[in-house]
Amino acid sequence: MTTGNAFLVLSAFLASAVEMVEALTIVLASALARGWRSSLAGVGAATLALAAITAALGPALTAIPLNALRLAVGGLLLVFGLQWLRKAILRASGFKALHDEDAIFARELADAEGAARVERAGLDWYGFVLSFKGVLLEGLEVVFIVLTFGSAQGSIPLAAVGAAGAVILVAIVGVAVRAPLARVPENLMKFSVGVMLTTFGIFWSAEGAGAHWPGADAAILGVLGFVIVVSLLLVQLLKREKLEAATA
Amino acid sequence: MKWLAGFGRFWWDFVVGDDWLAAALVAIAIGLTAALAHETDVTAWWLMPVAAPLVLWLSLRRAIRS
Repeated sequence: MTTGNAFLVLSAFLASAVEMVEALTIVLASALARGWRSSLAGVGAATLALAAITAALGPALTAIPLNALRLAVGGLLLVFGLQWLRKAILRASGFKALHDEDAIFARELADAEGAARVERAGLDWYGFVLSFKGVLLEGLEVVFIVLTFGSAQGSIPLAAVGAAGAVILVAIVGVAVRAPLARVPENLMKFSVGVMLTTFGIFWSAEGAGAHWPGADAAILGVLGFVIVVSLLLVQLLKREKLEAATA
Repeated sequence: MKWLAGFGRFWWDFVVGDDWLAAALVAIAIGLTAALAHETDVTAWWLMPVAAPLVLWLSLRRAIRS
């Protein structure tokens, strides 16, 4: 497996795992408050919708010339990656509260328990819609990453393998513990995904714009190292700033 | 019409996120890279690795200020 392909699988796996942990929290809250049947029906409907979106967009993306695709995808991934990195750096340096799956679960559970019961098609509608929206919105990000990463790297199936691995793992662990996965080092995972998206975004957008990297594909490793060092430096810099502001 | 506006807002939030300036600066950096690569003899690959940390820093400052 080439360096690019290994990164592809790892990035798709990590990004999908983060999104699925968040989707699991919503589905669990819905299932415990409104019943498993309606919630699982919502998960099933969202999965079908995501599969339809993937089937429609996947072949269309592979028909675009590679350089144009890398230019567009690189730009999008860079914007996406910088968003992930910004939030992860703000959390790591204390400027933003860490994502608390337990608190989110408690809030979703209270909302779900308080909502009125309306039956449609034999299902509790609130439970169905809550699960459907949770899985669809978190899943869209996974679909976006899998399709853009996969098509720009030349292997959507490889990206799908990484994503499927994460979905299966989170689902198995979720069913086993029947609780939000609060102990998952979510910010570290988000930081890693942000670093990878930014790395690929820098590499592909420059290549798509017509630049030639020294060392061709091997330059990805150099860009990766550079992005990691810059991000860690920013965390340290902001940590110091936060500390100085607290002691001033 | 309302549905269309909602659809547009969803994709704007999804792709651009909460910092439009970062997205605009990324687009400008890509445009400059393309101009360097196609219109001059200057090596162009270095521009994106320089631009990305600057955009990130600016985006962090904006987030902290807000």
